[in-house]
Amino acid sequence: MKMKTTVIAALMASSLLISLGTTAFSAEKVASLRGTHDITAKSKKPSKKKLILEEGGFERSYKLQPPLIPHKVSKYRITIKNNGCLKCHDKKHHKREHAPMVGRSHFLTRDGKKLDHVSSRRWFCTQCHAPQLNARPLVKNEFEGWSPCKREECYR
Amino acid sequence: MTQKKRTFTILVLGMILGVLAWGAFNWSLELTNTEQFCISCHEMRDTPYQELQETIHFSNRTGVRATCPDCHVPKEWIYKVIRKIKATNELYHHFIAHDVDTPEKFEAHRLELAQHVWKTMKETDSRECRNCHNFDSMDFDRQEERSANRHEEAIDNGYTCIDCHKGISHHLPEGYEPDTPGGDDEGDDNEEDE
Ligand code: HEC
Ligand code: HEC
Ligand code: HEC
Ligand code: HEC
Ligand code: HEC
Repeated sequence: MKMKTTVIAALMASSLLISLGTTAFSAEKVASLRGTHDITAKSKKPSKKKLILEEGGFERSYKLQPPLIPHKVSKYRITIKNNGCLKCHDKKHHKREHAPMVGRSHFLTRDGKKLDHVSSRRWFCTQCHAPQLNARPLVKNEFEGWSPCKREECYR
Repeated sequence: MTQKKRTFTILVLGMILGVLAWGAFNWSLELTNTEQFCISCHEMRDTPYQELQETIHFSNRTGVRATCPDCHVPKEWIYKVIRKIKATNELYHHFIAHDVDTPEKFEAHRLELAQHVWKTMKETDSRECRNCHNFDSMDFDRQEERSANRHEEAIDNGYTCIDCHKGISHHLPEGYEPDTPGGDDEGDDNEEDE
């Protein structure tokens, strides 16, 4: 009997503590990328951002940076069977499409062997290349590029 | 007199029947000319329809859509009837041959099927595309530079939409090699400085 009351008392005390603890926790404001916005409240609706079309391509910030994509990409599919990007960027087709050829590194295998077609390591283009939206960075960023680096100089 | 009257009645009746038959014919033509009808076959619902949904012809900024018959059935009556007669072949494959009735079999025949469509569109100068699109109404200043450049070339050299726009509404078949016209094909400037 004595034993039972102690257990019950202990249980009640701990549940009280837990509930106190959780209220204290949710009252505290957590700062995240959403600011100190309440965690359980609805997010503010983000504004819609437009894709940047950059004629002549984006400047690069450092050597061997995968260049950003200066055009729309939503209509191109990359599957096991076909790669929509290579229609324009492959060695064979880039001239008639007035598009730059994929980087020469794209033809190399893991052991540096040169292939006559794009290496499977570089098949999923958007793994490295991304289009840009007209959005301000969420966090302050002090990165400065490696001098103004134009397409021709920056490559290789 | 009665003879004349009889001829007249027969003529009128004939006309009415004719109109009805004509109407029924066109009505069934229209019934089979909807997307609903096209995708009532699972072959079309399972693959082409699913793929179309990923593209701009299914959902876009302005909310104007293209349905299967918009691209695959001519608008002019006589071409439409010819297309419908050819479609009996498709019924044969659906009901009797069963050679595209799984996604795998469909995939195996896709290159051949696509080549039929390309050939037809090439022959008609992409007539179905031009029911909605027209070079004369394109504002090249509002297009991407690479679009406008190629379209100017297309007008100068008489290329047609399907020459460059393969795979705009379905996945491309395995084994397809890009074959857009213009320029020199083997542009190999790979070796210049190595
Ligand atoms: C219809 C042809 C076409 C297709 C398809 C295409 N591109 Fe491009 N791309 C171009 C052209 C033309 C340029 C050059 C644009 C310019 O300089 O204004 C370009 C530029 C680029 C650049 C910038 C290169 C540099 O040196 O700055 C990258 C990266 C790129 N494309 C990646 C891609 C990827 C990834 C895909 C597939 C998702 C793709 N492209 C599909 C035509 C195409
Ligand atoms: C593993 C990352 C990676 C993948 C995947 C990749 N690239 Fe690149 N890409 C790079 C890097 C890094 C560069 C810059 C250095 C170079 O040219 O090798 C580059 C350069 C380029 C350039 C510019 C070449 C020039 O001469 O200016 C183009 C165009 C390009 N890539 C297109 C593509 C396409 C198309 C694909 C898909 C078939 C692709 N890339 C896949 C990393 C990648
Ligand atoms: C029923 C009308 C209709 C038909 C038929 C049609 N289109 Fe379109 N097409 C549209 C509409 C609507 C858009 C989207 C316009 C927008 O909102 O920007 C579009 C967009 C496009 C785009 C732009 C793709 C992009 O991602 O920017 C291309 C390319 C295109 N059509 C080519 C074709 C070709 C090739 C054919 C013939 C096989 C064709 N269209 C048949 C109505 C049609
Ligand atoms: C010589 C090749 C060529 C021909 C022929 C051609 N196009 Fe294009 N078109 C392109 C390229 C390249 C682009 C831009 C990249 C892409 O859409 O993949 C483009 C883009 C487009 C766009 C999107 C424009 C934009 O910038 O948003 C539409 C719509 C379009 N084409 C419709 C047509 C129609 C309709 C025809 C036939 C009357 C046609 N094209 C014929 C090469 C061509
Ligand atoms: C915007 C025009 C357009 C629309 C809409 C469209 N198609 Fe197609 N379809 C094409 C073109 C162009 C081809 C030739 C192959 C290619 O370029 O992808 C094709 C090819 C096909 C093929 C041959 C197999 C293949 O994948 O190439 C079938 C089957 C087909 N379409 C069925 C349909 C059905 C069913 C619908 C409606 C759900 C539909 N299409 C809507 C333009 C269109």
